Amino acid sequence: MKGFRYLKNVVTLKLDQPACIGCGRCLEVCPHQVFELAGKMASIRDRDACVECGACALNCPVKAISVESGVGCASGMINEWLRERNLRAPGGSCCS
Amino acid sequence: MLQTKTRPAGPFKIKTIRRKTNSECSPSSSCCSEESSPGADKPPCCGPPTSKGGGVITDKVPGFIEWLNTPIGRIPRIDTKLGFADHLGACKARWALGRMDFIVPSGLYALGHPTATDPVLVTANYKMSYDRVRRELSGRNVWLLVLETFGVNVWCAAGKGTFGTGELVRQIKATGLTEIVSHRRLILPILGAPGVSAHEVARRTGFKVDYAAIRAADLLTYLDHGMVTTPEMRQVTFNFYDRLVLIPVELVMAMKSVAIVGLVTLLTLSALSNVTAGITGFCAYIGAAVCGIALGPLLLPWLPGRSFAVKGAFTGLLWCGLFYVVAGGTAWNGAITAAFFIALPAISSFHTLNFTGCSTYTSRSGVKKEMRIALPVMGSSLVISLILLLAGRFL
Ligand code: SF4
Ligand code: SF4
Repeated sequence: MKGFRYLKNVVTLKLDQPACIGCGRCLEVCPHQVFELAGKMASIRDRDACVECGACALNCPVKAISVESGVGCASGMINEWLRERNLRAPGGSCCS
Repeated sequence: MLQTKTRPAGPFKIKTIRRKTNSECSPSSSCCSEESSPGADKPPCCGPPTSKGGGVITDKVPGFIEWLNTPIGRIPRIDTKLGFADHLGACKARWALGRMDFIVPSGLYALGHPTATDPVLVTANYKMSYDRVRRELSGRNVWLLVLETFGVNVWCAAGKGTFGTGELVRQIKATGLTEIVSHRRLILPILGAPGVSAHEVARRTGFKVDYAAIRAADLLTYLDHGMVTTPEMRQVTFNFYDRLVLIPVELVMAMKSVAIVGLVTLLTLSALSNVTAGITGFCAYIGAAVCGIALGPLLLPWLPGRSFAVKGAFTGLLWCGLFYVVAGGTAWNGAITAAFFIALPAISSFHTLNFTGCSTYTSRSGVKKEMRIALPVMGSSLVISLILLLAGRFL
């Protein structure tokens, strides 16, 4: 995104290019312009811009994209982690 | 000091986080876990705890003008102008007051005088989303299909799957949309895409999904220019104002835990030393927390580094410098000064790292990586500064 860059080489986005049918859906749904369509095939243009929202994977009709999507906030993760151990969360919820 | 929150620092392994299965998610939990399997018809997993949904449409819905009689019964025609109450509600919601009630009933609404050929727009039942969409569409004839997202905005609800394929399909069927419009086309916000599988919706209902724009403000342009999305409409922004409006809620949400930790700091330091030390520690802590919560996000693009934890630590360091001068730090001994300079950045860092949940450009994997590194560092900093404080007292 313009003016903002997050960590490099961390995202889990994967594109199975041979499976792609070039419908362009991933370009339509991605809020960070991660993909581009070259010829009749999608390719990853800016991988580090991906926020792992999962929109592309969910909307690709041939399931050519995979990404580990989910909550991106620290307290959400701590809460998840605590709940997994059946501990009480220290208060506060995220993205409500 | 912050131990209550950072206790997991030692054996903490973020790697162990896995997706929750449906059975683990209870509707009453306020968690943020993700539910985005394509054909999910299951009840939403993570609505805010106090929200039982928006209820049914009556003539009390915000902006109600009159009932519109249609083949499938009466549909509320709503105003595209927002009233005083709408603006007041929005202000309150920004400060987390009554946010849980900031919700409208799900279902079908009419804007203007729509007919069978007019477009259908889809949004969430967070009242701010509903208000924004209707405000932007003044003078147009459109149908507005509001999904039950338990008062959560489109992006967050899509991440949770409540703004999702299952709910969309359910609302299409429940409202009898196929009998109201002659076309088979739905216009969705782009930020709803993480929850909705367009081809799945098409397969199950025959409706083709078009993702129009990120911002409601672009809807008119979209509708007026042959429903074409320009590259700008697809671009997320995160400017100073975008960030500013998020701060109040963050402050209010953190208030309770910050107050508790602050009080513990006050009492501990008072007991260890004297009341002056307690109050100094209390002020230092509150300042560091506020810097992390407010200053970090505001100065985001200008703070060094890519990592939120690092950016936050810098705001803490700024606060440290200021506090040192204002609180007369020259009178402190070396150990105590060091303790302040080690602990405060860690506290700010923690709170800024938490802001990743609100930011529009961070990824889950990135946050995980940051936490794996930052939490142990923060925990150690606090322990070290506590030792230094104790040492400083006996020196
Ligand atoms: S959505 Fe899937 S099939 Fe369509 S262009 Fe993208 S990767 Fe290719
Ligand atoms: S996960 Fe989201 S941000 Fe990442 S490429 Fe897919 S649509 Fe874009």
